[in-house]
Amino acid sequence: MSSDVAEKVAAKVAVKKDYVRPLNFRHGHVDMNHGAGGRAASQLIEELFLKAFDNDLLRQGNDGAVFAPPALPAGARLVMATDAHVVSPLFFPGGDVGCLSVHGTVNDLAMSGATPLYLTASFILEEGFALADLRRVVKSMAAASKEAGVPIVTGDTKVVERGKGDGVFISTTGLGVVAAGVDIGGANAREGDVVLLSGTIGEHGVAVLSQRESLQFETSIASDTSALHTLVAAMLAAAPGAVRVLRDPTRGGVATTLNEIARQSGVGMVLEEAAIPVLPQVEAACELLGLDPLYIANEGKLLAVCAPEHEAAVLAAMRAHPLGANAARIGVVTTDPHHFVQMNTRFGGRRMVDWLSGEQLPRIC
Amino acid sequence: MKYIDEFRDGELARQIAARIAAEAHPDRNYSFMEFCGGHTHAISRYGVDSLLPANVRMVHGPGCPVCVLPIGRIDMAIRLALEHKAIVCCYGDTLRVPASDGLSLLKAKARGGDIHMVYSPSDALVIARDNPGREVVFFAIGFETTTPPTAAAIRAAQQQGLRNFSVLCCHVLTPAAIAHVLNSPEVKQYGTVPLDGFVGPAHVSIVIGSAPYEPFAREYRKPVVIAGFEPLDVMQAILMLIRQVNEGRAEVENEFTRAVTREGNGIAIDLMDEIFEMRAAFEWRGLGEVPLSALRICGKYAEFDAERRFPLEYAPVADNKACECGAILRGVKRPTDCKIFGTVCTPENPVGSCMVSSEGACAAHYSYGRFRNIPVVAEMEAGAAA
Ligand code: SF4
Repeated sequence: MSSDVAEKVAAKVAVKKDYVRPLNFRHGHVDMNHGAGGRAASQLIEELFLKAFDNDLLRQGNDGAVFAPPALPAGARLVMATDAHVVSPLFFPGGDVGCLSVHGTVNDLAMSGATPLYLTASFILEEGFALADLRRVVKSMAAASKEAGVPIVTGDTKVVERGKGDGVFISTTGLGVVAAGVDIGGANAREGDVVLLSGTIGEHGVAVLSQRESLQFETSIASDTSALHTLVAAMLAAAPGAVRVLRDPTRGGVATTLNEIARQSGVGMVLEEAAIPVLPQVEAACELLGLDPLYIANEGKLLAVCAPEHEAAVLAAMRAHPLGANAARIGVVTTDPHHFVQMNTRFGGRRMVDWLSGEQLPRIC
Repeated sequence: MKYIDEFRDGELARQIAARIAAEAHPDRNYSFMEFCGGHTHAISRYGVDSLLPANVRMVHGPGCPVCVLPIGRIDMAIRLALEHKAIVCCYGDTLRVPASDGLSLLKAKARGGDIHMVYSPSDALVIARDNPGREVVFFAIGFETTTPPTAAAIRAAQQQGLRNFSVLCCHVLTPAAIAHVLNSPEVKQYGTVPLDGFVGPAHVSIVIGSAPYEPFAREYRKPVVIAGFEPLDVMQAILMLIRQVNEGRAEVENEFTRAVTREGNGIAIDLMDEIFEMRAAFEWRGLGEVPLSALRICGKYAEFDAERRFPLEYAPVADNKACECGAILRGVKRPTDCKIFGTVCTPENPVGSCMVSSEGACAAHYSYGRFRNIPVVAEMEAGAAA
């Protein structure tokens, strides 16, 4: 028997031995059994999740991942973050809910100045969800976790009845380490600091919008979803102690994020509209829909408040990183008991950039 | 984007601002009403008002379609969804307008109402076609800009024999509202009308043309300059209005010649005439009953009129007593004159209509301009201007 044939026979025997038919990723669907903790559930884990996320801790196959704590030098701290991901549609230009769920939590850790170590993932699947789509999502998660160098070490799967979910919801939790001397927090901005932005805004929100039912418009805009921890590491290394606040402007966009920081720190801000980078396609789409790019979600951008004397060094480090090539200084921190974020418009006027009230809805006229 | 950037050029804006400052007589005040919500939005968003001298004041008029929609009309749409189990389709910014019983279309949706946000009435037609077993109602609001698409949808529904589609028609008319602002007793009560002229609507005028404004210029001696929605358009229109006032002229001028003609769009006007007829009177939020100011679907298309198809009575609902919207929409008060501005009434919890859409006078001032009411900022700005 040639070794080739031998392998095929062995594979058949193995399947026969367990009397399990492999998952049909082409035509199969999620059903209630996949969440019931029985054979079907274990099969889903083995044939999909384990295979995609494969790593030593996950392969232990226990309810939790058991590992020794990283050796922490004096002054270093652990940080945990968790994030749930519900996006409609699940697939959009430039990404899907899978990579988003990895990037979202990695970025939450990174915004504390942390080096991310591990992720956990919890899936809520809707009965009837196509296994092919689930595999696509999981593969994208696996690729994102691999690229970020942050393994998914344990997880959970539940199935809800048809109509009670939106295909798939994914929650991820992450663990990371903040090095000694790094002190980053929303309350640290001071008068005179500069506000830096890592690149063009609004791509994620517009990419998702472009796929919404009844709104499909032609666009070349892809989501900016990406993991920002290496960009953060480069910024922190460029000028230790210079970066005081980091935040990724996701839902609510740049405007809402800056209002949060202003309130937490008890300061005001004045932005320069002309300095805020926006792709022309994003601007055009926003114009069409009556939306303001300042309020549109991003998944691969960060805002930093930084000591003014280190502005040049931090900006240079950002621009030297592929995710910060279009980084810019967009404003300054001021004293303002009302914590207003104001903006000098490109047009030469002055206005406020307020919190978003409710969801941004397209205007009618 | 080049086309748009040209109308947002900061250098040109400074030049026009300098001309305005030079030509506005320092010994008098100028008050101009921008009728249209789109202009209010542009003025706030680009900070146009911060480029004007202190004696040139912009007054936000009643031209925000969401702001002037009375509570009772939204109640009707909600009843269609919750009681009559119809699929109600509406424009996005209608969803949040507060209605009776603490409801809004958004909240009615959370209570199980089948309410869809659409981008045009033709989307509602598609929904009707896809749901032959359900009644589908398009909640049609807005001025002459959004009226022709509604008319086209009704005609298409008839041609396609769609039996499950109807329209809750709340379309209102611009010239009637302008006349009402100039005529209303409240304005007389405050003495002379504190308005020196109007920035005329952009999109509305593309449809109806500039001719319908001529009576105001003539009879009320109020200049009208029709302007586009870009901030430079607005600045230019303000300069043109100042010139008219200075020269004692009251004419209809057209700054927006790249889109507006005297006659308007004949096809759209004919279409509206075919489908709609005038209502004797219509209640506006903040303005009360305004005669001959709104449209309903005419008899020939009655089967597409949700008001005839469903047992729906209109019941007026009074605004909060503290609300000053009426005076604000008429130009006799400013948002900050309202006692509950920014405290009880905010964009998160709008009490009056002007706080609902970002095109409303109160919401625009709250979201974009309220820093100016703070003495420190006012001083700073005065210092910078000096
Ligand atoms: S602040 Fe609110 S209640 Fe007062 S006038 Fe404005 S919208 Fe009406």
